[in-house]
Amino acid sequence: MAAQTIRGRRGALWTRKAASVLGTVAITFLGLLFVTFLIGRVVPVDPVLSVVGDRATQAQYDAAYRALGLDKSLIEQFWIWLTKVFQGDLGTSNLTTRPITQDIARVFPATLELATVSIIIGTVVGIPLGVWSAVRQGRPIDHIVRVIGLVGYSAPVFWLGLMGLLLFYFKLDLISGPGRVDIAYEYSFTPKTGLFLIDTATQGAWDAFGNVLSHIILPASLLGYLSLAYISRMTRSFMLNELAQEYITTARVKGVPEWRIIWVQAMRNAAVPLVTVVALSYANLLEGSVLTETVFAWPGLGMYLTNSLQNADMNAVLGGTLVIGAIFVGLNMFSDLLYTLLDARTRKRS
Amino acid sequence: MSLLEVENLRITFPTRTGPAEVVRGVNFTLGHERLAIVGESGSGKSQTGRAILGLTPQPGQATADRLSFDGTDLRSLSARNWRRLRGTRMSMVMQDPKFSLNPVMPVGKQLMEPLTTHGTPKREAKRRALEMLEAVQMRDPERVFRAYPHELSGGMGQRAMIAMMLVSEPDLLIADEPTSALDVTIQIEVLRILDRLVADRGMGLIFISHDLRLVSSFCDRVLVMYAGRVVEELNAADLHKAQHPYTQGLLNCLPQIDEDRHPLPTLDRDAAWAG
Amino acid sequence: MTTTRDWLLSDRPASRRQAKLGQSYRTWLDFRTNALAFLGLLIVVALVLMAIFAPWLAPHDPLVGDLNHTRLLPPLTEGYWLGTDDQGRDILSRLIYGSRITLAVVALVAVIATPVGLLVGTTAGYFGGWVDTVLMRITDIVLAFPKLILALAFVAALGPGIENAIIAISITAWPPYARLARAETLTIRNSDFIAATKLQGASSLRIIWKHIVPLCMSSVIIRVTLDMAGIILTAAGLGFLGLGAQPPQPEWGAMIAGGRNFLVDYWWVAAMPGMAIFIVSLGFNLLGDGLRDVLDPKRQK
Repeated sequence: MAAQTIRGRRGALWTRKAASVLGTVAITFLGLLFVTFLIGRVVPVDPVLSVVGDRATQAQYDAAYRALGLDKSLIEQFWIWLTKVFQGDLGTSNLTTRPITQDIARVFPATLELATVSIIIGTVVGIPLGVWSAVRQGRPIDHIVRVIGLVGYSAPVFWLGLMGLLLFYFKLDLISGPGRVDIAYEYSFTPKTGLFLIDTATQGAWDAFGNVLSHIILPASLLGYLSLAYISRMTRSFMLNELAQEYITTARVKGVPEWRIIWVQAMRNAAVPLVTVVALSYANLLEGSVLTETVFAWPGLGMYLTNSLQNADMNAVLGGTLVIGAIFVGLNMFSDLLYTLLDARTRKRS
Repeated sequence: MSLLEVENLRITFPTRTGPAEVVRGVNFTLGHERLAIVGESGSGKSQTGRAILGLTPQPGQATADRLSFDGTDLRSLSARNWRRLRGTRMSMVMQDPKFSLNPVMPVGKQLMEPLTTHGTPKREAKRRALEMLEAVQMRDPERVFRAYPHELSGGMGQRAMIAMMLVSEPDLLIADEPTSALDVTIQIEVLRILDRLVADRGMGLIFISHDLRLVSSFCDRVLVMYAGRVVEELNAADLHKAQHPYTQGLLNCLPQIDEDRHPLPTLDRDAAWAG
Repeated sequence: MTTTRDWLLSDRPASRRQAKLGQSYRTWLDFRTNALAFLGLLIVVALVLMAIFAPWLAPHDPLVGDLNHTRLLPPLTEGYWLGTDDQGRDILSRLIYGSRITLAVVALVAVIATPVGLLVGTTAGYFGGWVDTVLMRITDIVLAFPKLILALAFVAALGPGIENAIIAISITAWPPYARLARAETLTIRNSDFIAATKLQGASSLRIIWKHIVPLCMSSVIIRVTLDMAGIILTAAGLGFLGLGAQPPQPEWGAMIAGGRNFLVDYWWVAAMPGMAIFIVSLGFNLLGDGLRDVLDPKRQK
C-alpha cells in the first residue's frame, strides 16, 4: 500500500515536471523561430531587388514587394513564415536550387555520424580520466588531466584539424584525408542510413568500412577531445563531491573493495548529473562540427552552413541555423527530462 | 585478554599553518564491554573511532605506539587485510542515515554488502539480511529491503544502519553518535534495540557521544575527552564522583526538571587541561 | 618593504581600507603560489604589452611584404624568425600587430556585453513578476542557440567585417551575465539598505544603478574573465571562415585560413598564428581558473 502511494506520487511529480519542461521548450522554440526570422529581416540586401533586378519599374517593384508579403506587418510576416516552417518549407537554396529541408536531410547523417563517434570517444576516455584525477586529487595525474583539459579548452579546433591533417595524413600517411570516403569505395555500398560505418558494416563491405574509419578517425578524435575536456572536468568535480560523502565511509566500514566504492557506489550517484553533461556535450559538438567539417571537407550540416554563408545563400543559412538550434534545444530538453527521470526514481525531492 | 588496545594514539592533519594534532596521545583498552567516549565536538572523539577502523580521512595521519585488535597489530595492516577485518569483525554505526546510506542503492542491497563482499552467497546473505531487519524491529522487512533510503524515516533508516553493521556479527562495534540526528522520541527506542543486540551478542562496543547522561545509563565505562586528550576515565556508576573540573562542568550542564537555575552554568575550558 | 607587508597582513586592521587591501594582498599571495595561474597572468600581460608596443616590437611592416625576395621563408630565417607568408610578409610582425585585433575584440565584447547583461539581470531581479519572466525568457532563448552558430547567422546577415563580428559575439555573450546578475540581485533585493534607500524616495533606476549594479559587478567581471578564452576562439573561428577581420588585416584566425592553401609545403604560415591563438587563450583559461580557485570561498579552509 505505502509503496504504491510512493510510486504514485513519483509518477505525478514526473508528469508535472515533464509538462513544465515541455511548456518552456515550446516558448524557447518559438523564440528560436522568431530570432531566426528577425536575422533574415536585418539583411542589408533588398530582397525585392534580388527578385526583380535593378532595372525594374516602380510598378514591377511594388508588385514584387506585395508578392513577398513585405507590405504586411512584421508579426503577420512572421506568422506566414511560421506556417511555412511548420509545413517543412524552409525555402529554396539559391546554391543547390533544391528545397532546404531536402538538402539538410541529405547532409545530416554525416554530421550525426561524426558527432556520435566523437561523443563515444569523449565519454569513454573522459569519464575514466575524470574519475582517475578525482581519486588521485592533488597528485601528478590530477594535474596532468587538468592540463589536458585546459589545452582542449584553449586550442582552436580548426587549427588542430589542419595540424592533424598535416601530420597524420600528409607527412605520416597514417589516415585518409578530407571527406568521408575515397571515391574508389564510394560505390561498394549503398548509403541506406547515411551513417557510413553502419552501412558498410551491415553490408559486409569491410574494405569500405576500413576506409570510412580511416577518414572519420581524426575529425572524431579532435571533436572527442573537445568534449573530453569538458566531460573529464565535470566527472572529476562530481566524483570529488561524491567521494566526500558519508556513505563512502559506510562502504569502507563494510570492507567493500575500493574499485567497487569508486565505480559502483560513487559512480551511481555521479552518473545522474553526468548523463546531463554528456547530452550537453553532444549538443556542443554540433557547434564544433561547423569548423571541423569545414577543415575536413566533411559533407555535413556544418559544411553546408559555411558553404551557404560564403555564397550569401541566406535561406540556407537560416534553415541550417534553425535546424541546429532546434537540435540544440531538443538535446537540452532531453537531458533535463532525463535528469528528472533518473533523479525522481531515487531521490526524495527533485 | 582485551579485545582492543590503544596506546598513545595521535592523529594530525596538515594545515596551511603547519600540522594540527586533533588527537594527542589517547590510551585505553577495551574488553567485551561497553565503553563510552564523551566530549564536545572537536574533542577528537570521532577521529579516535575512525582511526581504530583505519579510516582517518586524507590527508590526516594516525600514529600509535600500540594499536591492536584481538592480537592483530592494526598499524601495519595491508589494505587487503583491513578489508578482511572491516565489515566482518569490526564495524561502525554512523550518525545520520540521511547521509550514511547510499541514496541510489536499495537498502537490502546495502545490507547484504558486508556479507557478499566477504564471500557469503547471495541467497544466504539475503536471508540473514531479512532476519536482521526483523531483529531491529522493522514491521515489514521485505518492503524495507526493497526500499531506497529516502523512503525510510530517520528512525527506520538508523535501524537499517544498525542492522547493516550487525549483520556480519562483528566482535567490535563503534557507534558514532548513533542517535544524535534522530527525534528525541525515537532515540530511546533505537538505543534500546542497539543495547539489546549488543548485549545478546556479547560484542565490544565503543559508544561515542556528547551526551554524558545518556551514556552513563547505557555503558559500563566512560572516557571523557577534551582537546584531543582523555582527561578522565571512570566507571559509569561512579559518574557523580568525577574529579576533573571539565567532567563536572559537563555534568552540571545537564538541566534538571525540578530546578530553576539563574544564570545558566557555562562550561569552563581551561587551556591547561589541553596541555 | 617589510613594513608595508606587515601593514597589509596585520591581524588588526585599523581602517576598512587596510582590511580590504590586506584581503586583496592575501588573495594575491594565494594566487602567486599557483604556478599555472601565474603563468596565465604573465601571458595575458605579455599580450597587452605586445599590443601597446606593436610598432616598436615588430621588425617589419605587417601589411606589405617584399614579393620578390621574402616569399614563404621558413622559420628561423635571420630577421624573419617565424618565417614569412605567401605575400612575403613577416609572420612575427603580423602576429604582433594581430594581438591588437585580438585584444580589441575581447575588450569591446566585454564592454558591450557586460553592461547589457548587468542591466537585463538587475532589472529582472529587482522588479520580479512579469518583467522578470519576460526578460529571463528572452535570455534563455538567446542562450538556447549554440553561440558560434548564432554569431555566424548574425554576421551572415550584417555582412562580414570585424565590427559586425564583435557585435555578433556580444549578442551571444550577454545572457550568462544577465543570469548571474539576476541571481545576485535576488539576494540583495530585500536587504535593509535597499529598503532604506527606497524610503528616502530614490527611484528604481537610481537604486539599480547606484546600489545593485556595483554589488553585482565583481562576480560578473570574474565571469567575463573566464569567458575571454571562449570569445577569442569564437572570433578566431569567424576570422577563419572569412567573416571577421578582412584582408590584409593580420587577424590570427584569418591568417590560419590564408596559410591553409599551402599547408603541405609551407606549414608555418598556418601553424604560427594557431600557436598564438592557443597560447593566448590558454593564458586566459589559466588565469580564469586560478582566479576562480582563489576567489572561491568554498575552497578556503
